Amino acid sequence: MSAITVRNLHKSYGAHEALRGISFELAEGEVFGLLGPNGAGKTTTVEILEGYRARDGGEVEVLGHDPAGSPRGLRERIGVVLQHSQLWANLTVDETHRMFAGYYEHPRDVGEVISLVGLDEKRHARIKTLSGGQKRRLDLGVALVGDPELIFLDEPTTGFDPAARRAAWDMIRSLRSLGKTILLTTHYLDEAEQLADRVAVLREGLIIREGTPAELTGETNETEIRFRENGTERIIHTTEPTRLLHDLTTKAVAEGRELEGLTVRRPTLEDVYLLITAGDEE
Amino acid sequence: MRLFWHQLRWEQLVFWRSREAAVFVFLFPLLLFTLLTAVYNGRIYGKPASWALLAGMLGYGAANTAFAGLALLLVARREMGILKRIRATPLPSPTYLVAVLVSTMLVFTLQSVALFLLGRLLKSTPWPTHALSLVLALALGAAAFAGLGLAITGFIRSLEGSSAVVNLIVLPMAFLSGSFGPTRHYPTALRTIGDIFPLKHLLDAINAIYLHGQQLWDQPTAIAVLAGWGAVGLAVAQRTFRWEPREG
Repeated sequence: MSAITVRNLHKSYGAHEALRGISFELAEGEVFGLLGPNGAGKTTTVEILEGYRARDGGEVEVLGHDPAGSPRGLRERIGVVLQHSQLWANLTVDETHRMFAGYYEHPRDVGEVISLVGLDEKRHARIKTLSGGQKRRLDLGVALVGDPELIFLDEPTTGFDPAARRAAWDMIRSLRSLGKTILLTTHYLDEAEQLADRVAVLREGLIIREGTPAELTGETNETEIRFRENGTERIIHTTEPTRLLHDLTTKAVAEGRELEGLTVRRPTLEDVYLLITAGDEE
Repeated sequence: MRLFWHQLRWEQLVFWRSREAAVFVFLFPLLLFTLLTAVYNGRIYGKPASWALLAGMLGYGAANTAFAGLALLLVARREMGILKRIRATPLPSPTYLVAVLVSTMLVFTLQSVALFLLGRLLKSTPWPTHALSLVLALALGAAAFAGLGLAITGFIRSLEGSSAVVNLIVLPMAFLSGSFGPTRHYPTALRTIGDIFPLKHLLDAINAIYLHGQQLWDQPTAIAVLAGWGAVGLAVAQRTFRWEPREG
């Protein structure tokens, strides 16, 4: 049973075709990453699935509902974390969670949610006293308080410092271990690589690649070898790293030299992403 | 119904918790009343000045709370993404809006009671003789202003400018309509402009009831104008009200 099914989804804003027929599926319990540059159609896709926007064509099913018109039965079962949003500065973390918990038929225990997002120490603090990272954790807590089966995370770590990002990743992993289905949009490729079971790369309203991060990075079988020689950086791309590396090191050892700064690197999702989204731009 | 009470309770907490809004919306008319009654003496409309100023502040309070306060609250929540977030929860949008409106009315009710108590305390102003008529007039006025408050949110693009826009409407309107003192010595042109505003007609009704012992239904023009403004407000709001900040 799939949590989300999208078939041939179309959406235009005036003459601009934001989505030109995309299809994908999310299995229950899966973490799916939607990647792509700004304007590729990520937000439009997510907002159609959340029920904020009407589609022009195609079929969409979210937890067995058509999200168009945002039926209440669906809203009981989803959690939405918006990209830019704030909450009431003068309410406390606990109060904000309780306000939202009241909207649902079967909310989770507020204290439990606050612990899950790591805000125990700030439970009775006013929101205006929270740091940026804590506010984003509050956003996540508020989205979780209805005990949703499906969670939409739009750019969940944008603007985080590295430590806060790691903490957020751990939190998202723990949601996944609770069996939640997660649709994640992100600019950060390492984020998708770390968190997503599968990713789809959107470009100009079309899905141009889809698969597990490993499948996508496996597409290019080039390996990058870097080292410094006489003070200049050398970068070599090769499909035969073993032989090349052997040649290089044998020669260096024979000459009694050190290959300074030697690294051997497989392409990351980022390299692949840059390669495919750069495509045939003018 | 459970959701309505839940939301109303939280609306009240949010309102009173935010000191700026509570001071601006709730206390400001009380403060103005204290100042105005301190400087105006003698008689207005053949009654002690404080009576007419109390009537004027009730009308100003309706505009300030139900129009300005409501519009600023909704624009702030829209721009903060709160309205959008609420829409993704099971709370039905109409329930949410009704709770916000009722919460605003509750604030205005408390404010009106506080004005009467303050008037009594400072200037021994009388209680209204036709209390029901006065309550109905204030409710009609506040409802009309709430409709207009909903309507104007669609024309305010950002949080930064919202307070300026709203006060640029409310303060001149209150001045031209006679909230701060009688308009009979104003130039004809200004009085004609004043006649357009709903506040002028609300004040006509409040004055007639509170100062001259009439009933609301003795003021059909005021009723018609207020209902008309309210209807226009709702019709415009239906087309322009947005739940989300403008893109980009």
